[in-house]
Amino acid sequence: MSEPESDRMIEAEPGRTPRAGRGRDADNAPPEAIVAIPLRHPWRILIAVVLLLGLAVFVLDAAQRADYGWPDVGKYIFDRRISQAAWVTLWLTIYSMIGAIVIGLLLAIMRLSPNPVLKSIAWLYIWIFRGTPVYVQLVFWGIVSLIYPVFTLGIPFTTPWVTVPNEIFTNLFITAVIGLALNEAAYMSEIVRAGLLSVDEGQEEASTALAMSWGQTMRYVVVPQAMKIIIPPTGNEVISMLKTTSLVAAIPLSVDLYGVSRGISAVTFTPVPLLIVASLWYLLFTSVLMVGQHFIEKRFSRGTGRVKTGKEPAAPEAPPTAGPGAPGAPLGTDFGGRG
Amino acid sequence: MTDVPMVLAEKVSKNFGTNRVLRGISLEVDTGEVLCIVGPSGSGKSTFLRCINHLERVDGGRLSVDGQLVGYRQKGEKLYELKLKEAAFQRQEIGMVFQRFNLFPHLTAVENITLAPMRVKGLSKTKATARAKELLERVGLGDKGDAYPAHLSGGQQQRVAIARALAMDPKLMLFDEPTSALDPELVGEVLDVMKELAKSGMTMIVVTHEMGFAREVADTLVFMDEGVVVEAGAPRQILSDPQHDRTKAFLSKVL
Repeated sequence: MSEPESDRMIEAEPGRTPRAGRGRDADNAPPEAIVAIPLRHPWRILIAVVLLLGLAVFVLDAAQRADYGWPDVGKYIFDRRISQAAWVTLWLTIYSMIGAIVIGLLLAIMRLSPNPVLKSIAWLYIWIFRGTPVYVQLVFWGIVSLIYPVFTLGIPFTTPWVTVPNEIFTNLFITAVIGLALNEAAYMSEIVRAGLLSVDEGQEEASTALAMSWGQTMRYVVVPQAMKIIIPPTGNEVISMLKTTSLVAAIPLSVDLYGVSRGISAVTFTPVPLLIVASLWYLLFTSVLMVGQHFIEKRFSRGTGRVKTGKEPAAPEAPPTAGPGAPGAPLGTDFGGRG
Repeated sequence: MTDVPMVLAEKVSKNFGTNRVLRGISLEVDTGEVLCIVGPSGSGKSTFLRCINHLERVDGGRLSVDGQLVGYRQKGEKLYELKLKEAAFQRQEIGMVFQRFNLFPHLTAVENITLAPMRVKGLSKTKATARAKELLERVGLGDKGDAYPAHLSGGQQQRVAIARALAMDPKLMLFDEPTSALDPELVGEVLDVMKELAKSGMTMIVVTHEMGFAREVADTLVFMDEGVVVEAGAPRQILSDPQHDRTKAFLSKVL
């Protein structure tokens, strides 16, 4: 009861500052919350119920069907052959991605270089490796040792100085890594290129004006900023590569997860349970990678936020709200630890 | 001081395709002189500035800095384009400050300043950092060394950019509309730093819209329009008594 009374008193005496101060307090009181009947979504609920029922029927049915061979799934899921094959798949992914990132970075820089020959070669590479299916490429790398049984060094069309048997492409694991890496490099180069192009032109200009060479500009100015754009989609490519490794059957390399699962099922005549086993392992790996990807994206989206504010001289007076620092903290050295 | 002017432009021309941006700019800047260039947008002021440190290639005429041809080497009658490395070497002596600051956002203020001295001149980190702190002190930002550009106001960013350019110990400083991207209340702090720099004897070419600054600091004022120098002379005289119609029309709009 006393609140409205004091409000009236303020209206009566607007000139008195202490009263005006209290008046501000009254304005700051939280407004009355809205109590309304929320919008109903009957169709949403209906569709959800139907889908849930369908799923339940499918699961109950699948659990009873002999073809799924659930006892076999349990038997093979931790089979040593399977877990070793999972290990092979993991290393195939890691080696291929490392190769793809290195070659992709090289291709991206070649494509952006002022040299027309480098540019064309990179373009040609990407055209071929993105324009043909990875499965076909893997088949090709599998038979390349038949086309080039020896490596030679010397003047073309004369007797070679050195002849080395082609042992690279007779090792199927190395062949698989090369095949996957060369294909993925074409995609990685586009990701890297997008990252490099995302860096403001003024950055290169400022660096050039400071007498830094093109290489130094790339290394110290452009690439570090491009990383924030490059890394999140690269995480996606890792996940994608993990699954693509199953195609090494085309080489044919059969010691990876899918290959070994097929191998076992060819003997036991139980293809379905082994497909389930392989899928569960793939799901485990991709799930772990997805969690990692989530954190990487969170971290780097924060980073790009800061880059954007840095490029926004139109609003330079804004306090560093976009920055990770505590708002209201004094400007300056407090932020030194970040970055 | 030598009798060679710091910047000597003789009929400098530059085309972008069929667009003739510079149509024969001739001017001279002596050591220690401050030259301000004013003019409507699209008049070629910035392009001329960018030609001086070879960010743009000169297509015609002769342009030299401290007696050295910019971007080319002359052997007898023939001109040879400089290698990228040689062009970079020439740029060491020329500092440039941009309209949009172009600080490196992933580096702190000190790192922005030390990058080029360390990578180009091979200065040790300790030496470069000490020098960077000195320069930050000079532009009034002694306490902002560890701040990232995003945490600095536009005026502070531009002052860091000036310190960054000074760290290469240039003989000549180019300013490309250094205050145009700033909020009005931040213009003063940048101009103060530039005034101090002018007083210390730095040779400066400043493309600007700040007529007050030009009047106060410039030794020579150049009015450019459509790729030519329309009028040049003492700033007070040009600002108060322009001779050319185009200068009059421009000044009546900005003053």
